Parts: sequence; structure tokens; C-alpha cells
Amino acid sequence: MSLDAVPLLLALVGLALYVVLGGADFGAGLWQLLAGRGARGEAVREHAHDAMAPVWEANHVWLVFVLVVMWTCYPVAFGSIASTLAVPLFLAGIGIVFRGTAYALRAGTSRLREQATLDTVFGVASVLTPFALGTVVGAIAAGRVPVGNAAGGLWSSWTGALPLTIGVLAVALGAYLAAVYLAADAVRRESSELERAFRARALAAGVVAGALAVAGLLVVHADARALYEGLVGDGLPALILSGLAGVATLALVWMRRYEVARYSAALAVAAVVAGWALAQQPVLLPGLTVSQAAAGHDTLVAVVVSVAAGALVLAPSLALLFTLTLRGRLGYEGEATQPPPAPSRAVGALAASRPGLLARISLACLLLTVGFLTIADAGWAHAVGVAALLACVLTGFRAALPIEPAD
Amino acid sequence: MHAVLAAAFAPVQQQYLLEARQMQALSFAAHIPLVCFGVAFPALVVFVEWLALRGGDPLHRTLARRWSRVMVALFAVGVVTGTILSFELGLLWPAFMARFGSVFGLAFALEGFSFFVEAIFIGVYVYGWGRLSPRAHLLCGLPIVLTGLTGSAMVIAVNGWMNHPTGFRLGPGGQVTDVHPWSALFGNSFFWHELVHMYFAAYIVVGFVVAGVYAWGRLRRGAWGRYERTALVIPLTIAALAAPAQLLVGDWAAREVATRQPVKLAAFEGLQQTTAGASEHIGGIYHASSGQVTGGIAIPDLLSLLAFHDPHATVQGLDSVPPDDRPPAINVIRFAFQGMVGIGTLLALVGVLVLFVRWRRRRLPESVWLYRALVACGPLSLVALLCGWVVTEVGRQPFVVYDVMRTSQAVTGAGGIPVGYATLAVVYLGLAGAVWWILRRLARMPLGERERQPA
Repeated sequence: MSLDAVPLLLALVGLALYVVLGGADFGAGLWQLLAGRGARGEAVREHAHDAMAPVWEANHVWLVFVLVVMWTCYPVAFGSIASTLAVPLFLAGIGIVFRGTAYALRAGTSRLREQATLDTVFGVASVLTPFALGTVVGAIAAGRVPVGNAAGGLWSSWTGALPLTIGVLAVALGAYLAAVYLAADAVRRESSELERAFRARALAAGVVAGALAVAGLLVVHADARALYEGLVGDGLPALILSGLAGVATLALVWMRRYEVARYSAALAVAAVVAGWALAQQPVLLPGLTVSQAAAGHDTLVAVVVSVAAGALVLAPSLALLFTLTLRGRLGYEGEATQPPPAPSRAVGALAASRPGLLARISLACLLLTVGFLTIADAGWAHAVGVAALLACVLTGFRAALPIEPAD
Repeated sequence: MHAVLAAAFAPVQQQYLLEARQMQALSFAAHIPLVCFGVAFPALVVFVEWLALRGGDPLHRTLARRWSRVMVALFAVGVVTGTILSFELGLLWPAFMARFGSVFGLAFALEGFSFFVEAIFIGVYVYGWGRLSPRAHLLCGLPIVLTGLTGSAMVIAVNGWMNHPTGFRLGPGGQVTDVHPWSALFGNSFFWHELVHMYFAAYIVVGFVVAGVYAWGRLRRGAWGRYERTALVIPLTIAALAAPAQLLVGDWAAREVATRQPVKLAAFEGLQQTTAGASEHIGGIYHASSGQVTGGIAIPDLLSLLAFHDPHATVQGLDSVPPDDRPPAINVIRFAFQGMVGIGTLLALVGVLVLFVRWRRRRLPESVWLYRALVACGPLSLVALLCGWVVTEVGRQPFVVYDVMRTSQAVTGAGGIPVGYATLAVVYLGLAGAVWWILRRLARMPLGERERQPA
């Protein structure tokens, strides 16, 4: 594979992870919306929220990752997509605002009615956002985004049969993933009622998502013949994999083997993304191949190097988050299983043994700053000046301790 | 290929360019205060938790826990406003992205990773209280502090590049070639002063806003025990130190602008003609027709002295470039600049006063007027922050990439900008109300009541 396609591959991996992780967040929102009233509905909503709360922000960042890689490495394609598909992208953005806000506000709710209202907002936004993003993918797949500044139709580009189908499919896939994950979480929380509830949802959503995927294939056949040829050509192994994994997941959920089902469900969904990519390559947009769209050599190398370096930091961080989450170590309620720390040392070292000296050092640093940052003009002098200013502030802060003045 | 691409992104007619700019400005204005809380607030929270770990005082632990709830709520809102911004780069300015994405996009990729790590550890930190060992919990706070810094540094790098574009060449057809993203972003002399200026601003804003909340509580004759005093003193000390320091940083930034963006400096001052020994106008109104500033106080030679350390130095005026290359809204830029400098000076005076009382009398100030001033300092610091961004962003007009690409060449050809703008305005109004509501709720929540010590 040439360097031109490497960032696209990274973006597709990001997209698959977004669908698998972020998609489940959307699905959890859908289940909150459909939970109904009463104590049972309450329990379902609560469970869906608790399972997603520690991870949703991190899951959401995959979308930002995809956007960033696309606009850096395939700027013309990105500009074309963003300008032609402005409406669904804007709708997705609004949905993201409502989701994030509802999430942030939930920590402050005190009454059940407030919570139910917020969960409804969250749920509606959780349907709108994946649907809109799905139509974006569908429009690109259908070849309805020409190269250029808003060169495609503002509405017609994403309201065809294929984009709308992919939009609905995106919602269904999220619901399916969420139900499987939440059933697994319910087992861990030893709630057999919730486990039964989400098992039924997982089975139903799995059947619906599978049916939609098959229907989508028929729509592709009618609406985007070139893509269909690709899907039954290069994309066929991925499609078969997806189908097998989907059926296997249904069987596993039926047998209550949820921990394995988690991964097979994710595989079934990720394979759909892979199938699309294989079917459409090497064309990115009509008349624009991946190589033609790719940015210059230095930029591609810089992004690949950055992603590799970033992954070194990211992988252990994500591993920590998911390990803690899957072991149920994160949550708001029922905390304080750890006793508060015993007083180790008095804040003696902090109790400003010599505030006078520190304050003088701080003032001296301030004078240095004036000399190097204000009076001198050279770049190196400014660097010294900034360092002196930081030293001034830090020693000043230290001198202003102890921080409990008698009042 | 380049010819095809250049034709595809030829400038379009966009009737609503101003609305597009305002929509972008609205989104920035909503996001930037939250960025301050993403950069500076985690440092406060982790510092207080460190105090708790060092001294074993449950009061510090309670304070850190309560603040961490505010931190995560504001972070969640910052996530969505930040996502909207990244969407808008493409939705409103696709031609800018198509032409220059390969030059500056790298910084956003790095920012994405910072943001990612920040989101992960915020989740661990906020949902890990009492579930991780105290030491492990504190360690999980450190990446939040660090990535808050690196993430915003990357965005500042992009802004620095837009103001001082380097790291590429323009071909004969205007196509961008020979792109070197690392040197464009980080070898850029504009990066450093913008970065330092923004960091100090973040600490000033967070310090004064948080201190202002507790000052308000004291004025309202709420509880005023050890807990509230601690919660006031820590942010106040930070702001009191950072505010005077910011004057020196701002002066440095202005001198960089004077050298590299002389027309922008002329817009700050409303200086029409290139002048030796230019005077500084405080207040007053610039008249585009006559090119004069009327009203206000003129201090002779001061502008030359400030900008070039020489009272007789020549300062370039607006007339040094054709009218089309001058920023369109000189008075907006002037008022924003003077507002920023004026408020910044005021905040620095309050800071020096607080430090002085602390130094001489070894206690908090007692005057009710000082607490009233602190309540005002919170919103004022936000105004100064926004003024600063108006200065640098409106001052860069009519260019999106200084002297290279005009904003009118960057804008989308899609319709419906006013609809999007109106929708976003309504949504953000609701968002502001929601943030207000959640902060009040969190302030009243009796979290950790059992850990509270009698004052």
C-alpha cells in the first residue's frame, strides 16, 4: 500500500472504533428513550446511563480523530464533503450539543422527573446524531458528493434512498451494540431483571439490524451499481465476516454468553465499515482517487508519525479506562469504599518556613522578566524572560502560602 | 490534478459572509471560557487534592471532590462546543480547509490525542473518587493538567500560523506546495507569545471566576468558615499573581504584532497615517472617512515608545496598504483592544492589592468593597478574554491566512448560513442557561457533608 492510503486506513480504523464504541453510546440513548415509564423504565434508563457515563467522552473523541485525519491528509475531499453535506453535519453537531449538555446536567438532577426529561432529550439527540452521520456516509458511498465547494445539492445529496437507509442502519447498529454491551454489564451487576430486558432487546435489535443490512444491500444494488460491484467483489470477505459474526452474536446472546458476544457484535459492525472501504477503493469521491486527494509527502509522514506516537500514549490510557470500567471500578454512587487517607505529614513543608525570602526571590524574578522579556528584543531573551516570569509566579504562589490565613 | 482542484475551489459568491463570520465568532466565544476551565481548573483541583494527600485534611479532599464535579460538567460542555468548532471549520470554511488543511491540520491531530487522553483521565478521575487508592487517584489527575496544556497549545499553534503563515510555498496558480507542517506550526515565531498570553489568561479567568463565586457567598452572608476561605484563597492567589504578570506578557505580544503585523497594530490604535513619534489614543472613536480618532486622550510618542522602545520610531499606519487589505471594523478592534488592556490593568491592580494586604497584614482583605470588586473581576476577566480574541481574529481580517488568503475566498458556497446561525444562537442560549443551572445545582449539593469539619 502506498503512503497515500495509510492515513485513510487510520481514519477508517477510527471510524470503525467510533461506530463500535460511540455507536453503542448512541444506542444506549435510544434505549433510554424507549424505556417507558414506571420503575422498570427507570431501572433501564439508570443502567444505560451508568454504564456509559465514564466512557462516553472518550468514545466520542474518535469522531474528532476521523475529522482531523481527513482534513489534514485529504483536504480537498474534506472540503467537498463538509460543504456539500453541510445540513446533515450541522444536524449531527446540534445532536452532539444536546447529548453532551443532557449528560452534563444529569449530575445535577435531584428529582426523577428532571432526570426523565433529560433522558428524553438525550435519547432524541442519540437518534438524530447517528442518523445524520449515517446519511453522510451513505451520501459519500452513493457518489453524491462531487469535488468542489458545495458542488453537490444541499438536500438532494443526502436524501436519496441509500443515504437514508445507511442513516437508519447506523441507528439500528448502535441500538444492537448497546443492548449486547448492556446485557453483559447487567450480568456483572448481578441484575437478572435487567439482563433479561437487554437480552430481549439485543435479540430484537440484532434481527432488525441484520434485516436492514440486507435491505441496504438491495438499495445499493439499485442506487449505486459501482459500489455494489465492489461489495460483491473486493468487499465480499468483509460482508461474509460481518454476517457470520452477526449470526454468532445472536446465538451467543441466546445462550447468555455475553462477554464473548460483546466482541463478536463489535466485529460484525466493524466489518461493515471494512466492507464499504474495500468496495469503494481506490475512489474517494467521484473523479477523485485516494492518491489524487492525498496531501503532500511531508504532511502524510507527519500525521502517521504523530498517530503512531499518540497511540503509544493512548493505548495504555484506553486500556486503563476500559479495565477499570469493565471491572466496575468507576462510578459515582456507593463510593468511599476506601477510607479517607490517614494524615501522613502535616502540610509542614508547605507552611511557608521563609515566606519573606520566597517573596524576594519572586520579586527578583519579576525584575529579570522585565529585563529579558520587556527590554531585550532577541528571541532567546524572551524565552529566558518567560521562564523567569513562570518562576516569579510559582515562587510568589509558594510565598503566599500557608493558604489558610486567619480571618 | 492541482489545476482541477484549484478550479473546484475557486472563490464563490457568498452573500452571508458576515453571518458566517459571526457564527464562527459565536462558537469561539462560547468555547473559549470553557477552554480556560479545561486548562487551569484541573491544576487547581489536583493541587487541592495534593494538599489533602500531604496533610490528610478532609476539608481539602471535600473541596477537590466538589470542584471535580464542576470540572467534569464544564468539560462535557467544552467537548460539545469544541466539536461544533471542528465541524464549523469544514461547514463554513471548506475552501480554507481544502487549500491549507495539509499545512496546519497536523496540530489538530496532536490536539485530538491530547483531548483523547484528557477525556479518558477525566472519566477515571471523576468516577474514581474513593474507588482508587488516593495516590493512584492523584496520579490520574496529572494527565488532565498536562493534556489541557498541550491540547490548547496545538490550537494556538494553528492560530499563530494563520497570523504568521510559514512552512509552505505558493505555486504559480496559487496552489500550496512544498509543505513542511512541523516548521509551519512550531517553528513559528507567533506561536510562543500567543501561547503564554493565553495560558496566563486561562489562570486569570479561572482564578477570578472561582474566587468571585466565594466572594459573592461572603457578601451574601453565607457560611464563611475555613472551607470557604480556603476555596477563595487558592484561586485568588493564583489570579492575583497571574494578572500583573499578564501585563508583561501582553506588552511582549503587542511588540510582536507591531513588528510582524503592522497593519493590525495600526487597527488597534486607529492610526491612519504612517507616523514617526506616534501618539497613543486612550478612548475616542475612529472615523473611517477622515481617518482621525476624535475624543479620547492622546499621549504623544507613547505608541512609538511602547511598540519599538523609541519615542521617535516610525509606526506604520493603515494607509500603508490598499483599503481592501485593511481590517473592516477598526472601531470594534480598537474598543476590544482598549477593553482588554483596561480590564487587564484593573485586574492587575486588584491582584497587587490582594498580594499587598496578604504580605503586610498576613491575612485576607476585610473591606467589603474588595469582595465586591472580586465578584466583578470574574465576569470582567471573561470580557477581557473575549476582547483579546476579537483583537487577534477581527484584527487579522480581511484575511483568514494573513496576507495569503482572504476570508471571502475561504467561505462555503452552501446556502442556509442564516438558518444555521439562528439555530446555533438559540441552542447556545439554551446551553448557557443549562450551564448556569447545573453550576447552581452543584453549588448547593451537599456532597461530602459528613467529611466537613466544623469551621
